Amino acid sequence: MLLDGFSRRARTLAATAALAIGFGATGTMTAAMAADLTLYSGRGETLVAPIISAFTQETGINVNVRYGGTAELAILLQEEGDRSPADLYWAQDVTALGAITGMFTALPQETLDKVDAVYRDNNGRWVGISGRSRLLAYSPERLAEDELPQTMAELTDARFSGRMALAPTNGSFVGHVNALRVAEGDAFTLEWLQGLAANDPVIVRNNTAGYQAIADGEADIMLTNNYYLGRFLASDPDFPVAQATFTEGDIGNLMMTAGIGVLATSDHADEAVQFIDFLLGPVAQQYFTGNVYEFPVSGSGIVPVAGMGVTFDEAVAAAPEFDLNTLTDLEKREAGLI
Amino acid sequence: MVGALMVLPLWYLVLRAFEADFETVMRLLARPRTVQLMLNTAALTAGVLAFSTLIALPMAWLVSRTDLVGKRVVNVLAVMPLAVPGYVMAYALIGLAGNYGFLNQTFGFALPRPQGWWGATLALTLYTFPYLYLNLRAAFTGLDQSLEESARALGCTPRQVFTRVTLPHLMPALLAGWLVIGLYVIGDFGAVALMRYEVFSYVIYIQYSAAFDRVYASWLALILIAIALTVVWWESRLREGAHYARTGSGSGVGTRITRLGPLGQVAGWGFVSSVVIASIGLPVAVLAFWMTRGPLAASLPAVVDSFGQSLSVAVPSAMLAAMMALPIAVLAVRYPSPLSTLINRLAFIGYAVPSLAFALAFVFFSLQGVPILYQTHLLLVSVYALAFLALALGPIRSALYQARPSVEEAARALGHGPVSTFARVTLPTIRPGIIAGMVLVFVIAMKELPIAFLLAPTGFRPLSITMFSRTSEGMLLEAAPYAAAIIVFSALFVGFVLRHDKKAGG
Repeated sequence: MLLDGFSRRARTLAATAALAIGFGATGTMTAAMAADLTLYSGRGETLVAPIISAFTQETGINVNVRYGGTAELAILLQEEGDRSPADLYWAQDVTALGAITGMFTALPQETLDKVDAVYRDNNGRWVGISGRSRLLAYSPERLAEDELPQTMAELTDARFSGRMALAPTNGSFVGHVNALRVAEGDAFTLEWLQGLAANDPVIVRNNTAGYQAIADGEADIMLTNNYYLGRFLASDPDFPVAQATFTEGDIGNLMMTAGIGVLATSDHADEAVQFIDFLLGPVAQQYFTGNVYEFPVSGSGIVPVAGMGVTFDEAVAAAPEFDLNTLTDLEKREAGLI
Repeated sequence: MVGALMVLPLWYLVLRAFEADFETVMRLLARPRTVQLMLNTAALTAGVLAFSTLIALPMAWLVSRTDLVGKRVVNVLAVMPLAVPGYVMAYALIGLAGNYGFLNQTFGFALPRPQGWWGATLALTLYTFPYLYLNLRAAFTGLDQSLEESARALGCTPRQVFTRVTLPHLMPALLAGWLVIGLYVIGDFGAVALMRYEVFSYVIYIQYSAAFDRVYASWLALILIAIALTVVWWESRLREGAHYARTGSGSGVGTRITRLGPLGQVAGWGFVSSVVIASIGLPVAVLAFWMTRGPLAASLPAVVDSFGQSLSVAVPSAMLAAMMALPIAVLAVRYPSPLSTLINRLAFIGYAVPSLAFALAFVFFSLQGVPILYQTHLLLVSVYALAFLALALGPIRSALYQARPSVEEAARALGHGPVSTFARVTLPTIRPGIIAGMVLVFVIAMKELPIAFLLAPTGFRPLSITMFSRTSEGMLLEAAPYAAAIIVFSALFVGFVLRHDKKAGG
């Protein structure tokens, strides 16, 4: 009896498993057969899937996407080396691109020329796709505009003690610290980081958690990226967080970029470049600005969404002159924050 | 074979570790901060073990030894928290409190935000206690009650019966549960980081994600594994020192049920409902709150499709893990030898290696050895089965300890061969253990992330990845339907399996 019961269960389970495998396999099989390009995307599916399908519609080239964390995918590419099945790698930030620059092939000059020199690799191996500026998020209820710090260096002031949210492991923060090292030197940066650490910051997991901490009243201010506010406001117009820039030209207003490169091992380099050209075209640039709340890096006449914090023009006016190419040095273990 | 596969990740890590510059390694390890983080890890582990025992032990007793009304429902509810992904639990606890949280916006009062040691302990306890519960329930159900009756007949008070007979016989299950929870806590990163508590696994993650460094991360991972294997070694020392037996027939004796009385029923349900509200109610309420506020971008067909893909990995992984665990458990319990002990300890490597490092090892070896398998369904399922083998092993081994060898010997004496004896006598007896093991693997495979990132076929979108690619861009509202789907579908599946498992729930 018991045995019968058991084997019946086993049979049902086996049947379920077989069905399930069949289900999953057909899904992936059809995708693999029709796929022309393989993209490793550190950018989230909701943000980029619509623009990828627009590309497929326009060109007939299918893109098979592996979504994952930007860092995990960079490490995966390192491990795969020249056996990588990927044609393209799309990262949230420049530091991740820097980590595997050696694996990219040089892009054609025409493609590179679509963006300003600050948004691309000196050797032409990756190119920025959408801009994201660093700035301040703060609580307008608890901080008046004239109380805001004028420079990023001022964040170590005692008046922000215990009031500042900080996401030390966030890729953009790491990139920003590296930029500070380039701009002001190691000694200054180390002192600044130690100042932050001593200022009793509210350590948060990521930028989203930081915005939430400000809304919740646990922190009043944070050095962060611009586009999150738009995403919060889109679902909750009353979200109680505002944005501001530092003084014009301060390193705190650094303009960073999400970017993409073509793997040297790709068999479809032409189609891959075609994909990048599409992302730099007016349709995609308008999409990143209007729907993703990031900034355009190419073209003109892109219409922003009103009321989503600091605007592109303000951010560009405030941004320091800075070469993103210098952000490939990745040492940052000293200050004890991470 | 399984043992050999388990050694692969270690080999990989050592390979990478030897690329390192020794001085930098020492500088990295000798920081006072490293020591502090290790102490934090120890404190967190101790806290989670203590609290999960306080929840799981009474829960398992109520379900298997009392006449609590609605035991079957409680049995399913007690396992469901496993289906809650760690970061959802953490987001739920965070989203609940605070000025802009769910409570304040819905009911107009704010709680202090849970964080630090307390927050991390609370979050981890609430979704790991079912590991212990499942082990304990199987042990209560399999425990030969005639032993307790004999003790009572010999004049022991109920309390003495519990401490001298029941508790020692529950020890293998307690240890197995503690081991799995302990290893989980040592390796967990996501929920702990959201609670702003920093532990050792954090440093490893930083090495990979902020420094893109596989060499020094390997050193740190090896240290973590060394700690984990020490824990495994202690557990098996404690377990193997004891002897367990049955005296009764092993099948016919009905379970003795404690009558609770009206007051006891109320108290029992009070306990059960507060645990259920905290562990299931909270995350579900917060997800529901997000879903009402967010644009329901995810249409139902997309969620169902994604669920089908999750299922296509989780179900075969669970079955494969159980199939691998069975011979290992039989070896350990019935044929103890240095070799079987070694294989049993090796089985825990998969669970103890940080999953990013584990996945990288299989990227490396499959590209070197069998590139045709790289990023295929088959590889993903096999790696999951190896990674979660330890989860299946615990309950099966506990069940085997309680299955009486003398019944097997009788079957042999009656002319049954070893295979026939195993299939007709042993297997039916340990069935609850096997099912519990499969449920554990299934549920964790539904929500697993780093391994899926690296080894899933490109274009494959199980619920966990679909959810991640929304939370990673700060789109919590869009992620909510997928997180909810993980919980609901896993819970339905677990409920279905447990319902059809006639022995479950006593």
